[in-house]
Amino acid sequence: MQRCTYSCNTADHGLSRRAFLGASTAAALGPSGFANAYANAELAKTQKRVLVIFLAGGASQLETWDPKPNTDTGGPFKAIPTSVPGTHIGELLPYTAKQMHRLAIVRGLNSVSDDHGIGEKIMLTGRKPEPAVEYPHIGAVAAKLLGNSAASALPGHIQILPKGSSGFGKADATFLGPKFGSVSLGDGKPPADLLRPANMTAESDAAREDFRRKLNDRFAKSRKSAATDAYAESFEQAERVVKQGEVFDIEKEDPKVADRYGRHDLGRHFLLARRLLEAGVTYVKVSHSNYDTHHENFDFHIEQLGEFDRPFAALMDDLAARGMLETTLVIVMSEMGRTPKINANYGRDHWSRAWSVALGGCGIKGGAVVGKTNANGTVVTDREVYSGHLFHTYLQAVGLDSSKSFHPNDRPIPIADPKTAAISEILA
Amino acid sequence: MNPPIDPIAARLERELKHARPLIGCRFDPSGRFVFASSEDDTIQRFDLLTGTKTALLGHRSWVRGLAFVGTPIAGSGEVAAWQRRQTNLHAVAGFGGTMLPPPKAAPFTLISGDYHGNLIWWQGDAETPKPIRTVEAHKGWVRAVVVSPDGTRIASCGNDNAVKLWKADDGTLIRTLEGHASHVYNVAFHPDGTRIASCDLKGVAKDWNIKTGVADRDLDAKILTKYDPTFMADIGGARAMAFSPDGSKLGCAGITNVSNAFAGVGNPAVVVFDWKDGKAKVLKPKDAFQGTAWGFVFHPAGFSLAAGGGSGGRVWFWKGDDVVSMHMLTIPGNARDLALTADGERFAVANSGGSVYVYTFTPGPATTPVAPPKK
Repeated sequence: MQRCTYSCNTADHGLSRRAFLGASTAAALGPSGFANAYANAELAKTQKRVLVIFLAGGASQLETWDPKPNTDTGGPFKAIPTSVPGTHIGELLPYTAKQMHRLAIVRGLNSVSDDHGIGEKIMLTGRKPEPAVEYPHIGAVAAKLLGNSAASALPGHIQILPKGSSGFGKADATFLGPKFGSVSLGDGKPPADLLRPANMTAESDAAREDFRRKLNDRFAKSRKSAATDAYAESFEQAERVVKQGEVFDIEKEDPKVADRYGRHDLGRHFLLARRLLEAGVTYVKVSHSNYDTHHENFDFHIEQLGEFDRPFAALMDDLAARGMLETTLVIVMSEMGRTPKINANYGRDHWSRAWSVALGGCGIKGGAVVGKTNANGTVVTDREVYSGHLFHTYLQAVGLDSSKSFHPNDRPIPIADPKTAAISEILA
Repeated sequence: MNPPIDPIAARLERELKHARPLIGCRFDPSGRFVFASSEDDTIQRFDLLTGTKTALLGHRSWVRGLAFVGTPIAGSGEVAAWQRRQTNLHAVAGFGGTMLPPPKAAPFTLISGDYHGNLIWWQGDAETPKPIRTVEAHKGWVRAVVVSPDGTRIASCGNDNAVKLWKADDGTLIRTLEGHASHVYNVAFHPDGTRIASCDLKGVAKDWNIKTGVADRDLDAKILTKYDPTFMADIGGARAMAFSPDGSKLGCAGITNVSNAFAGVGNPAVVVFDWKDGKAKVLKPKDAFQGTAWGFVFHPAGFSLAAGGGSGGRVWFWKGDDVVSMHMLTIPGNARDLALTADGERFAVANSGGSVYVYTFTPGPATTPVAPPKK
């Protein structure tokens, strides 16, 4: 069991194959019901999806989306031009700079909390924590409202963590129910025993299944009932998930594509994310660790953004080339930004008052920049937004009505914070 | 004949102030000027004779590498002599009215390296130095710049994993030394001028033959590096590097025992190699200080000193072959660099609060900077 020692400080729950299949079954039983795993490619093409790239610890907005070179807070890096005339980002993102025509930047975000755990919750739920209600994460909301691709038997809400083991985070779904909870894949590895053991041949596996089916059919001839049908269906559902298990195996990918993503952890995780989205998973979150740079912020951002930049650009290119960008909303966020003030250890500390998020793909106006901070980035001077504004924007970008409510126990709970609204300037 | 220098006699001579945090510092060859780089992209020149401060404007990023081409002279003696004459004049004529004209500075060239990868040449003794030459030297940060003992060559290193050799007089690239697999944090010329040592983020120190451009051996300074599995990032590197005056030892300073890279939780350490056989020993502070050693020098008198920051600032002194410090000074703020005059009479520490603290080993009362002459 892997304990999250960093931002949330909660224990992940070990995920068994059984639990994974359970989540998968629940997902597939969503709006569309069961379907053939190999059919309906056209439907899959129109399936809206959400990809969150979470720069854990709080990436510096000054080293990424809102550089302030040659100011007292700017640090040593320069701002570089991008594919959008007039828009500059930090020099540590040269490949991302070439993707800016596909991305919008929100530069006036105030996320209210400088605490890792609370900040993450605010960014993922679009609300400040309230004692009376636990709001579901965007992943659970997306999985519920968008539904999985009819062609997929996989869970609708998957997060790829940089390390650790697999887990099931039913708390992410709160009142939406555990079937929309997150399935976590530590280091992008599939749950244990999902794939056929290496020492079992496909032939012997098929013979074993054939034998089970024969016994089942013989039993059904005399004792067929709804219960036996459900029992048989659960096996077939499991079989479909296992057959889709190859989606986790990035070795099946074209080596040239894998090379473009990079043969390192984050490249592998991004590639897996694309494969999962392509296979019909509604929501994937990839976390990249870590940006909590209280000490030597600039050295560490060189290292971390050096890992992020090229694979991220490769991912955007790949999504675009496959026609998936039109249906996939991409969000690059953290739980907070970092202080404009540089501390005595060359570090930047926690900062929520004025920072940035980037979005692209489905429903987003590429190249748009909304919001502004002052000359040294300490204050939002134009179009301040909160996480609620972003939450509305995410939902509307994928075609959902963010003014609607959920009704757990017949009590209406607005899907997004009604005190805020979508950032229309970046919606396509 | 001067009495032997005693590290315990080190006393603060003056504090030189700048409005922004400082990054690096070096004395010019004469010891008259202290140059300090700042987070405002400037280099500040402090004249120890007159107390004047001059900004060198030309870099567009932070500067960590500062090196000089010029003839070392008994500069500190010049400073002391001029100050004595000035004091005598004040005794006769009173303060405020009269200043002795300072002696003309001996000519020298400053070469500085910044985090945009540029090297800039300056006439360091000019009234207001301007960039003479700018060379795009490295892709990414220049982390250190040093001058060969004969003053004809410059070595620089940086984030492109390269060490580069340049002609000091015209900035022509002589050779690129390739072999490091991570950012090169520091570089030093051996006093015999035939070899260069460099050390990277991963604690790999290399001994380069300048003629062939080949690294003949690697030295292990890996206690100065760590991959922090919690934050999934590397910390380390030689934040300072220096040969002993006789070339028998090489020191690499940095941080060790890192338990939290992103909070800088670790301890300063200096790995000192016997240059002949490559065997290493580790110098550590006697106090339980948390932070990084950012500066290190061998003093010609046989002891060594390092400056560090993290939880305040310190200067530690080690005698002879001792591995535990025998003396310590406390500095306000985080010490970020350490420089020693050519004659060994003074050292300077640049700190995160914008001050350069100038210490002297010569006995006497602490003095304050002389006010600049009235115009």
